Amino acid sequence: MFPVSAQGGRPLFEWRWVDRNLDEIFERLGEHITLTAAALAIGLVVSIGVSVLSLRRRWFYVVALSAAGSLYVIPSLGAFAVLVPFTGLTSFTTAVIPLATYTLLILIRNIVTGVEQVPKEVREAALGMGFTRTRLLWQVELPLALPVVIAGLRVAAVTTIGLVTVTSMLGKGGLGYFIRAGIQTATPNPTSIIVGVGLSVVLAVLVDLLLWLGGRALAPWSRKAASR
Amino acid sequence: MSIIDQTIEWFGEPDRWSWTESEGIPYRTVEHLQFSVLALAISAVLTIPPALWLAHYRRAQFLATSAVNIGRAIPSFGLVILFWFLASRLEADTTFWPLMLALVALALPPLFTNTYAGVIQLEQETVDAARGTGYREWQIMLRLELPLASPVILAGARVAFLQLVATVAIGAIVNDGGGLGRYIVDGFALGDPGHGEILAGGIAVVVLALVCEAVFALITRAVTPRGLAIQSRAETRS
Repeated sequence: MFPVSAQGGRPLFEWRWVDRNLDEIFERLGEHITLTAAALAIGLVVSIGVSVLSLRRRWFYVVALSAAGSLYVIPSLGAFAVLVPFTGLTSFTTAVIPLATYTLLILIRNIVTGVEQVPKEVREAALGMGFTRTRLLWQVELPLALPVVIAGLRVAAVTTIGLVTVTSMLGKGGLGYFIRAGIQTATPNPTSIIVGVGLSVVLAVLVDLLLWLGGRALAPWSRKAASR
Repeated sequence: MSIIDQTIEWFGEPDRWSWTESEGIPYRTVEHLQFSVLALAISAVLTIPPALWLAHYRRAQFLATSAVNIGRAIPSFGLVILFWFLASRLEADTTFWPLMLALVALALPPLFTNTYAGVIQLEQETVDAARGTGYREWQIMLRLELPLASPVILAGARVAFLQLVATVAIGAIVNDGGGLGRYIVDGFALGDPGHGEILAGGIAVVVLALVCEAVFALITRAVTPRGLAIQSRAETRS
């Protein structure tokens, strides 16, 4: 398809290479999923904590959002570089900290917005039934905020999967390993690059789809709301 | 020697503050900004006019809503290396265009979607009023929809620029120049003795990103039409 394959070097895509490296592909894919899941889990736990506080105190929300916003601005390679001297060149921690911080902005914003859009009547009804503020939050407001939270989680997940490839600079990197390995051989190996980029995109799309389905299953009422 | 000492020493090396030598932080900063700003300008020219037109006539709605999702799934790191590889395969110049193409590709989706969304969200009455006063369709697009959508477009440009600054740094992995990312990549190549350079490069990239973000906030305030600024100020007060 490309004229380039005629000009020497390796062919653009070799199934043989894929076949030979199948074990490593699965291993790196697993690494990619582990890094993503860890970053999202940490991000989610921190965000829920920050959001709960933000819902009680408005000024805290303003501070938390601008802090998360500043962290979000930091380029991934810069963040890893700043951490390497402290947490080590090939450590899991070095990779996970920036990945988790990038999820904070979107998650905090969506959790707080999601809870705030719960209708006042619902809140009053629950309080009238004798719910405490804490029970109201965990049993009424957060479940009702679920569609908005899931929407944020989808964005965070897809972004994180893309960023995990950059961590290959740290010798971690999941699928990013193949992207990097592809240019480090004497003659660049296009199959390796394509496998790395391609699988990362496929993984992102799949996770996005799974979260969307999960959100629909957990919050069936949102389907009606969305079709309005 | 501690990492902090290493870093301080690195910042103090001769030529480190040169505008003309490639060791210089100012030199690399300018290089970094040239790539980012040029990519943003090219992407803006490519996306804003068609998005404005398509949104005015309410076409390509699906593209507008899905563009950002698709864009987000593509890893910038992979894209940079893919373009670099194709260029080297075609025996083309690998220092400028591969990175620039990757950058433009990454900046297109947020700019397109935000321009579209910015126009779509305007109230139909405003557009109808302009039409009633005798504005032609192109005048509505340029004098009404474009300025009124400008805060949303700028928000998209800001997201895109953030992505660009981060990706230029990544570009240093394959590019000779690569702006401030150069130091980080070179530091990684040195292994343990490179820690000072990695940290210094990291600090430089982070500072540049934060400064760019602040400048963008100022530009947004300056460009927002006065009517909209008054309106949003009133909204935040109430």
